Amino acid sequence: MRIELVKRPQRSALFSMLSPFIAFALTIIAGAIMFALLGVNPLNAFEIYFVEPISQVWQLHELAIKAAPLILIAVGLSVCYKANIWNIGAEGQFIFGAIFGSIIPVLFPQFEGPLVIPLMLLLGMVGGAFYASIPALLKTRFSTNEILTSLMLVYVAQLFLDWLVRGPWRDPQGHGFPQTIQFGESAVLPELMPDAGRANWGFVFALVAAVLVWLMMSRMLKGFEVRVLGSSPRAGRFAGFGFNRMVFFTFLLSGALSGLAGISEVSGAIGQLQPVISPGYGFTAIIVAFLGRLNPLGIVAAGLVLALTYLGGEAVQSALGISDKVARVFQGMLLFFVLGCDTLIHYRIRLIGMALTKPNGAAQLEAAPKLEEAR
Amino acid sequence: MGGTVSANHDRANLLEVRGLTKIFGTLTACDHIDLNIAKGEIHALLGENGAGKSTLVKMLFGSLEPNSGEIFWDGSPVKITSPGVAKKLGIGMVFQHFSLFEALTAAENIALSLNDGSPISTIAAKARALSFSYGLPLDPDSLVGDLSVGERQRIEIIRCLLQTPQLIILDEPTSVLTPQEADKLFETLERLRSEGKSILYISHRLEEVKRICDRATVLRHGKVVGHCNPREETAASLARMMVGSEVKAVVRAPADGIETAPALLEIRSLSRKPATPFAIPLKNINLTVRAGEVIGIAGVAGNGQGEFFESVSGEVLQQDAGSVRIRGKDAGGLSITGRRLMGAAFVPEERLGHGAAPRMKLSENLLLSRHATDGKAFVGSGGMVKNGAVYSAAQRIITAMDVRKSAPDPEAAALSGGNLQKFIVGRELDRKPSVMIVNQPTWGVDAGAAAHIRQALIELARSGSAVLVISQDLDELFELSDAIGVMHNGELSKPLPIAEATFEKIGLLMGGAEPGHAEHAMEVA
Repeated sequence: MRIELVKRPQRSALFSMLSPFIAFALTIIAGAIMFALLGVNPLNAFEIYFVEPISQVWQLHELAIKAAPLILIAVGLSVCYKANIWNIGAEGQFIFGAIFGSIIPVLFPQFEGPLVIPLMLLLGMVGGAFYASIPALLKTRFSTNEILTSLMLVYVAQLFLDWLVRGPWRDPQGHGFPQTIQFGESAVLPELMPDAGRANWGFVFALVAAVLVWLMMSRMLKGFEVRVLGSSPRAGRFAGFGFNRMVFFTFLLSGALSGLAGISEVSGAIGQLQPVISPGYGFTAIIVAFLGRLNPLGIVAAGLVLALTYLGGEAVQSALGISDKVARVFQGMLLFFVLGCDTLIHYRIRLIGMALTKPNGAAQLEAAPKLEEAR
Repeated sequence: MGGTVSANHDRANLLEVRGLTKIFGTLTACDHIDLNIAKGEIHALLGENGAGKSTLVKMLFGSLEPNSGEIFWDGSPVKITSPGVAKKLGIGMVFQHFSLFEALTAAENIALSLNDGSPISTIAAKARALSFSYGLPLDPDSLVGDLSVGERQRIEIIRCLLQTPQLIILDEPTSVLTPQEADKLFETLERLRSEGKSILYISHRLEEVKRICDRATVLRHGKVVGHCNPREETAASLARMMVGSEVKAVVRAPADGIETAPALLEIRSLSRKPATPFAIPLKNINLTVRAGEVIGIAGVAGNGQGEFFESVSGEVLQQDAGSVRIRGKDAGGLSITGRRLMGAAFVPEERLGHGAAPRMKLSENLLLSRHATDGKAFVGSGGMVKNGAVYSAAQRIITAMDVRKSAPDPEAAALSGGNLQKFIVGRELDRKPSVMIVNQPTWGVDAGAAAHIRQALIELARSGSAVLVISQDLDELFELSDAIGVMHNGELSKPLPIAEATFEKIGLLMGGAEPGHAEHAMEVA
């Protein structure tokens, strides 16, 4: 017996829309099985995982803090993926944005005033874009596979940050801890509503980025260019759109947004550079992008869902003593089911060599040669 | 069903189709189609683009599922749920578009589709024997990339025959062949018929149908409008059945004073090295197209026409800016957008994926080639697309070219080939370009639509534009052109004025006679 994927002649518009919800439901079912195997009551676990972390206002602020980088990065990645360009290295671009943006508060702490934050954000975007330009250059110059180069550069960025905070940028008064000095007051991204919770301007940047990119993709010639080159490169060339230019555009855009996410996270939520500044936002954002159907507005919703998996992971760890790696498991299952649902929208499964799958056709198929023999 | 159709009421019928219906959304592509194919006959399936021929054939070959209706194979009812089922029943198909890997040999390509694990050498031997016995010379060990289109078609046919089908479906088989290659194909088909095999022959070339087909079924708007014996019909009466009205003959007004008209497109010593191992180098091509004239370029497929089109359109830039000149200015260093802005328009050979993005709407496909030239009309401040203006322009083209479709603004891939071609040509004509370059303007397009497109191209020229048409269809070029050049192996012969050109002269040049020596060769002959 063999399993084959057969392309469907028509795609169901209804199921294209439902697919993220079905994927989410399947994740919940699989999650329930997982919790049951771990020996906890699934209902109880789900309440702790999905409901309790967002039952109070300050917790919604925490959700926004986690969602902001996911949305910012995923919005940029969605443009790459629409153009059929595969930037997997957002995590590295996030880190380089954080490093570039931290130049001012770490090396020039005496520089203060209202200009500091805008400059830091700008440098953060430059840093992310710079780091993303490396795989873009390699792809356009040497036709390297951007999936590999951008991914490998993530590890370079992580180790570079690690070296910086243990070496040249280490806080001399930090008792040898691998971290930079605490950022000065004017280098901290302000909170939106300090009385209600910790959420900072990063979440606003994320929403603005999502709306702007949505406008670009759906209403502007540039978005059209991205979609044409992504779906039919030869027609794109006929239209006069340059593929190499598009590689740079998408990498620089997504790099800049990842960099902005990086500096916002460091300046807003953390307040200094540490060896590890991201719980894998750059990778989780890939899931966010696909769960949001590569649509910036869908990505906002998907970003909130994935942010919840982080908070829930922390919650079950403290309440039930289950490792917070459970968050990664949920994220992985979600991506698996989303991609699975999407595949089944475009293809149907056919089992070959099993008469049960196609009772009518198979039976007649078998009858035909017999009839011939009978003559 | 009216008459009770018993399973064995007509033993001579290999395939019977009763009331086959396929509905796409609101469009009934096939509406209660009845069709009988007898054993040992060549049966023509005629119809305009969008008449439902492809849909019907796809249902017979199992790639589409009918909404209702029955299919009887050898008298017993069958459901053809996949191409695999069709093959097992004994239905083989030769597609209009070949699906061959250029970097593999003919035998390897055949082995891939047979998928039965027999060694390549066995398959090669079988293929060689079969090709020899059917008079389809083919070396199974040759690389597909080195073969001509006619030879590639032979691979497809042999691949089909190796599965010993009872019914062979051929979709527009001669559209890529030279007249001589087509004659060879007809001999093979007649041979197959004499062995009792049945052939369903889809074509829009009515003379061919009259010549080799025993019966014909004519479709119009998804319905069967008649069965006939094509030998008793004239090409005109067949066309009338297909279209439902008289097909207007293409009128070509004499082009006066061309010699003194300004040259709008000039190609000077254009050469190009092959970009891939299978590409044809262009060798020192010279050509002038003046305002008001249509120049045709004939040639067997794969002699550099694609490379030539890419170079002239600007999808590939030239080293020497002067090798392509548009309206008297050097354009060789300009991109396709730059050349469009100088007044040139282009229609490539491949409709889906080159001339149009398949998964995009027609209005978006309008923007594809005109976002720069109509920047003011279609793109507003800040790069925002004016969707309303683009949509109404698309509707204008759809009306002007009589594009038939199932939705107001469907995806390009949802249109039949001919209707999409009408849209793509109309998209450029709508701009009233001063230089128009078209590769295969009516490839796979039916008589009515083809006449429409050709007439439009002639009128564009007579209104003062320069039109260059690259085509493998000699009838078309003789209908359209004021002069015909021939491309062979990357070289272009000097265009012969239409008054001096004959099928024989052009045919000799297509076969590779020295440019300029064709007349001499004719005298010797």
